Amino acid sequence: MESPFTLGTNGKKNYNNTMSEIMTEKTEDPKIEVPIAEKYKLQTKDVNVFYGDFQAIKDVSMNIKPKSITAFIGPSGCGKSTFLRLFNRMNDYIEDFKMEGKIKIDDNNIYKKKIQLEQLRKEVGMVFQKPNPFPKSIFENVAYGLKIQGIKDKKLIAERVEKALVQADLWNEVKDNLNKSALTLSGGQQQRLCIARTLAVEPSIILMDEPTSALDPISTAKIEELIYHLKADYTIIIVTHNMQQASRISDYTAFFYMGELIEFDKTKKIFTNPEKKRTENYITGRFG
Amino acid sequence: MRKIREFVIEKSLLSSALVTIAVTVGIILVLAIEAFSFFKEVSIFDFFTDTEWTPLFTKKHYGILPLLSGTLLTTFIAISVALPIGLSISIYLSEYAPRSFRKTIKPLLELLAAVPSVVYGFFALVVVTPYLQQFIPNLSGFNSLSAGIVMGIMIIPFVSSLSEDALFAVPKALREASYGMGATRLQTAFKVVVPAASSGIIVSIILAISRAIGETMIVAIAAGQQPRLTLDPTVPVETITAYIVQVSLGDVQHGSLEYRTIFAAGITLFVFTFLLNTLSFRIRKKYRQKYE
Repeated sequence: MESPFTLGTNGKKNYNNTMSEIMTEKTEDPKIEVPIAEKYKLQTKDVNVFYGDFQAIKDVSMNIKPKSITAFIGPSGCGKSTFLRLFNRMNDYIEDFKMEGKIKIDDNNIYKKKIQLEQLRKEVGMVFQKPNPFPKSIFENVAYGLKIQGIKDKKLIAERVEKALVQADLWNEVKDNLNKSALTLSGGQQQRLCIARTLAVEPSIILMDEPTSALDPISTAKIEELIYHLKADYTIIIVTHNMQQASRISDYTAFFYMGELIEFDKTKKIFTNPEKKRTENYITGRFG
Repeated sequence: MRKIREFVIEKSLLSSALVTIAVTVGIILVLAIEAFSFFKEVSIFDFFTDTEWTPLFTKKHYGILPLLSGTLLTTFIAISVALPIGLSISIYLSEYAPRSFRKTIKPLLELLAAVPSVVYGFFALVVVTPYLQQFIPNLSGFNSLSAGIVMGIMIIPFVSSLSEDALFAVPKALREASYGMGATRLQTAFKVVVPAASSGIIVSIILAISRAIGETMIVAIAAGQQPRLTLDPTVPVETITAYIVQVSLGDVQHGSLEYRTIFAAGITLFVFTFLLNTLSFRIRKKYRQKYE
C-alpha cells in the first residue's frame, strides 16, 4: 500500500498536505491492496454478548483488514462501543458480562483462557471518548506504558516518548513543557496526548471510542487528520456518532442497529449506495 | 403572618449556629486566659525546654516535653499500625473487592470507631499487654506499646474509610486508560489510582493523627501516668490528655498554679489538633478544585 502520507520509520512526519488535499486523495483512491498472508488483522465469528439477560450483540461476524480505518456507526445503544471494547477485553470489568463466539487477532483467539490480558492490550491500544490523561506530567503520561512494562532505560524511554509525541502531532506544542501537568493542556491537546500515550506502547491495532465527541471542530479536524495518517502503520477501528467523520476518514464502515451488524462494506458504498434500507435511513438522518 | 414565621425560623436557625460558635470561642477564651496566667508564673522558654514535668511534686518542673513525647510516641505507634492496615483495606475495597462485598464490609469496619474508647483502653490493659509480655518479658504493666497498638486499631476506619472514598472517587476513565495500556490491577492501583487520590489519603492520615493525639481513655488507662521523656515503648509514659484527666480527677486546688497546668497542657494539645485540622481542610479544598 503506497500512501503519500506514510510516516517515516524515524517517526518524523514527511507530509505537508492540508486537510482538503487529504480528502481529495482519499476519495480518488478508495481501494486498498494487501498481501494475502496478512489479509485480515482481526476476525470475529458469531459473536454474542450478554449483560445478564440483555443481549447487547447478536451474532456478529466481521473481518477487518490490516492498516485500514474501519468506522462503527449506529444510533446510541446499538452495541457499537460494546463491540469495540471486545477487542481489548475491556468489557471484562463489567459485572454480568458474558461473551460467546470467536474473536481472532492475527489468528490468535483472544478469548481463550490462557490469553495474557496485559500482552493483548499492548497489542491493541485504546483511545477513549473523553480525554483521560493521568494527573501526571506530559512526559510521565507518555512514558507510563513503557514503565509498566518494566523498561528502565531512560534514554530509550525519552526517545520513545519523543517519537510518540511527534507521531501524535503534539511534540512541537509541548516539547518545552514536558514536565508540566498534562491537565494544563487543552481538550484537543489532551486527546492527542492520549493518542501519543497509546502509540508509545507500539500497538498494531488502535481502538477509538468516539475520540472527538468531546472536542471542538478545530481539534476534531486535527485529530481526524492524525488518524488518517496513522493508517499507514496501524489498523484503526473508530466508533463515531458523526457520520461525516466516518465518511471522511474511514475505508470501511459498519452499521450497527439493536446489537446487530446490519451492513459492513467499503465506506464509499455505504454512503452512496447502501444495500439495506435501514442503513440508508440512518445515514440520511431519518432516524438515530 | 407567613413573613413573621419565616423570620422566626430563620433567626432561630441562625441562633443555633451562633451558639455553637459562641461555645467554641468561649472554650478557646477560657483556655487562653488560664494559660496566660500560667505563663505569667512559668516562662514559655522553660515550658518548652525543661525535660521534666513534676508540677504535683515538691520540686516543681514545668517542662511539657515529657508529656509531648508521650503523646507523640503513642500516636506514632498508632499510626504505624493504622496506616499500613487501613491503606491495604482501602485499596482492596476500592480496587479488588466485588461491589456487594464492599457495601457490607465498609459499615462493619466503621463499627470499629463506634466502640467506646474506654473498652479499647481496658482491652489494651488486660488483654494486649499480658499477651505482649509473653514476647517482651521486660514490658511494664503500663506502656505506650500496647496503648499505641490498640489506638491504632481504633483509628483504622479513619484511614480506611476516608482513603477508600478518595480512591473510589478517582474517575473510572483513568483506570480504563491504565488497563488499556496493559497495566495489571496492582500497577493501576499503585501507579495511577493511589497517586490520583493522594491528597484525600493524606487528609485521612492527618485526621487519624489528630484523632490519636486527642485520644484520652486508652492512653490514660493503658499507657500509665509517669511523665517521662523517652522513646522507649515498653515503659510507662504519660500523654497530655492522660495528665489532664489525672489532674481534673485529683484533689488539686482550683485556681492554683498546679491547676492551671492543665490549661497550658490543653492549649498545647489544642494548637496541635487545630493545625492538623486546618492542614487537612486546606488539602481537601485544593483537591476538590482539581476534580471539578
